Amino acid sequence: MAWTRQVLRVNLSEGSCIPEPLNMDWANQYLGQRGLATRYLVEEIDPQCDALGPDNKLIMATGPLTGTMASTGGRYSVITKSPLTGTVACSNSGGFFGAELKNAGWDMIIFEGKAAEPMYLHIENDSAKLVPASDLWGKSCWETDEMLHARHQDPQMRVAVVGRSAEQGCLYSAVINDLHRAAGRSGVGTVMASKNLKAVTVRGTLGVGNIQDPARFMSAVNAGKKVLAENPVTGEGLPALGTQVLMNVINEVGAMPTRNMRESQFEGASKISGEAMLEPRESDGKANLTRNGGCFACTIACGRISTIDREHFSVKEKPQYWGNSGGLEYEAAWALGSDTGVDDLDALTYANFLCNEDGMDPISFGATVAAAMELFEEGVITTQHTDGVELKFGNAQALCWAAEQVATGTGFGADLHLGSRRLCEKYGRPELSMTVKGQEFPAYDPRGIQGMGLTYATSNRGACHLRSYTVSSEILGVPEKTDPLQTEGKAGLVKAFQDATAAVDSAGLCVFTTFAWTLDDIAPQIDAACDGDWSPERLVEVGERIWQLERDFNMKAGITGADDTLPQRLLKDAAKSGPAKGKVCELGDMLPEYYQLRGWTADGQLTAETRSKFGLPS
Amino acid sequence: MKITFKLYATLQNLLPSEAVDNAVEVEVDEQATLYDVIDHFRVPHASAHLVLINGVYFGADERAQPGLISPGDVVAIWPPVAGG
Repeated sequence: MAWTRQVLRVNLSEGSCIPEPLNMDWANQYLGQRGLATRYLVEEIDPQCDALGPDNKLIMATGPLTGTMASTGGRYSVITKSPLTGTVACSNSGGFFGAELKNAGWDMIIFEGKAAEPMYLHIENDSAKLVPASDLWGKSCWETDEMLHARHQDPQMRVAVVGRSAEQGCLYSAVINDLHRAAGRSGVGTVMASKNLKAVTVRGTLGVGNIQDPARFMSAVNAGKKVLAENPVTGEGLPALGTQVLMNVINEVGAMPTRNMRESQFEGASKISGEAMLEPRESDGKANLTRNGGCFACTIACGRISTIDREHFSVKEKPQYWGNSGGLEYEAAWALGSDTGVDDLDALTYANFLCNEDGMDPISFGATVAAAMELFEEGVITTQHTDGVELKFGNAQALCWAAEQVATGTGFGADLHLGSRRLCEKYGRPELSMTVKGQEFPAYDPRGIQGMGLTYATSNRGACHLRSYTVSSEILGVPEKTDPLQTEGKAGLVKAFQDATAAVDSAGLCVFTTFAWTLDDIAPQIDAACDGDWSPERLVEVGERIWQLERDFNMKAGITGADDTLPQRLLKDAAKSGPAKGKVCELGDMLPEYYQLRGWTADGQLTAETRSKFGLPS
Repeated sequence: MKITFKLYATLQNLLPSEAVDNAVEVEVDEQATLYDVIDHFRVPHASAHLVLINGVYFGADERAQPGLISPGDVVAIWPPVAGG
């Protein structure tokens, strides 16, 4: 039935690691990973608790298809209350850690309390123990990974770890696994560090052997892989150029957030694009991109493995950064690049390496630097704050300096740790923060892609593209093209994307499969793996239940309908160029219909009828 | 009339060698359709998924229509792509 039916409960205050059976009633209602772990979180914490206090809990959760042979079936998520947004946080990661955890026999780990001193959790199949980690505290993710592998002498052991930024309280720190994969958004790494939990190491050799109908599962999985291989997006485009293929597209359609979203087209986009990553550089004739890479069981392999030009100022005296490592994905390239006005591909790659090395979400980091740059250009932040650094848009040296400061929390890095909203509030200019519910925007200007405005405003974890990627339809024509500048029909489109994505995120699969797969491709795989009947319709219902549950948590945490909005810049200041020139995001045209479709009141509250329909806990 | 033609992603190898930043200037007939431009660069119709004039999308049913392209326009084409 694909679930291992085992949960590991780790009480860090008491130092205990106790197995318990998975709640199968909840698994049938919420599937796994994102949905199921949120159900546990809702049951076990006060939504108004201090996100960085011992009463918050942190869950690492797999889905039923994690660790199986299903394509991309290697995902896990980190679910907790976010210190950045105050909402539920759920950050999804690939790599190999999630599959290893499942193969060790665990559906999820629930961390509660706070350790008196730094610890790491070491798992070998059914053996789990907390180990003192004072020697690891103060080390980067990469150093810690190396030290743990040296200690345990098992190259196949997988490590999830927090870096120095999280230890220092950076509010957008990630959990890094397998060196350069990240449960990136909303500060889940910050919560992990607040519990004095430095790392989780896991080795699993048990396999996922309890598939409901193995022959039918193999058939369904093979059919799914064929669809991915034959689709031009998942079979050709993503392996060749990765998500960075979007840089030129989004710039061309005038939806590239630029210089803290003051503009929506970046003149330097082509220099930091996926195509540019393939160009041989002058110094050594090598391209930025060395090769693509895949996560566990993935047959798409969109990952980027890159090098930095050894002659580049950022690494000329730092040979430790000369080798191959995780390269730029579109979201990182946008945030580190066009949002800061920097068009230096090597500088962006260096900053991205540092984000991986010390566990910063590159979206929030880049967007926070962009806000700081606007504050600097406005004269609010000066060289007195930045130790003499000219923190201006387009300054590649300043970007690299900021990444170094944030990685260790030194100097102005402590201010940048606040994230865009708190930084702009601290300096008296909250209107310059490009955030929703405290989380920084991803790479699509909603003036040029109207549906993304509604997506951001209603996302259950603050501004996010991965909750409802209507870009797929509005810009990329997948599965069907809709007009990005129109608002009509977008409420239904956003809701449909939100519900389907919540189901995919709860299955153990990567959302990128949905560029080729529909739920008609996914349901047969889940249905063959799990007991019970899992139709596409049931997955949509589960997805919507998850969405309602997350919303309910957020409302209890103090979020209101008034928080479902966008910065005034996007609602009042028209785009200056491109197809959206003269347009703002018409959120008000879409939000009421969206509330209606969700079964909420006019001010965004869940009704008793909606709560009852989805069986939400009281 | 002169227009700028851009070709990206797995189609970029179809660009002539003088192209810079995936773009090349090209002289086309005043009544040239999008398919005329697409055919000029030997882009398979099935691969011309995103076809933009000045950033605005034109669907397959409009690509044989003359009069859509004006002097100085930018025509940009991608195969099916996605990311996130």
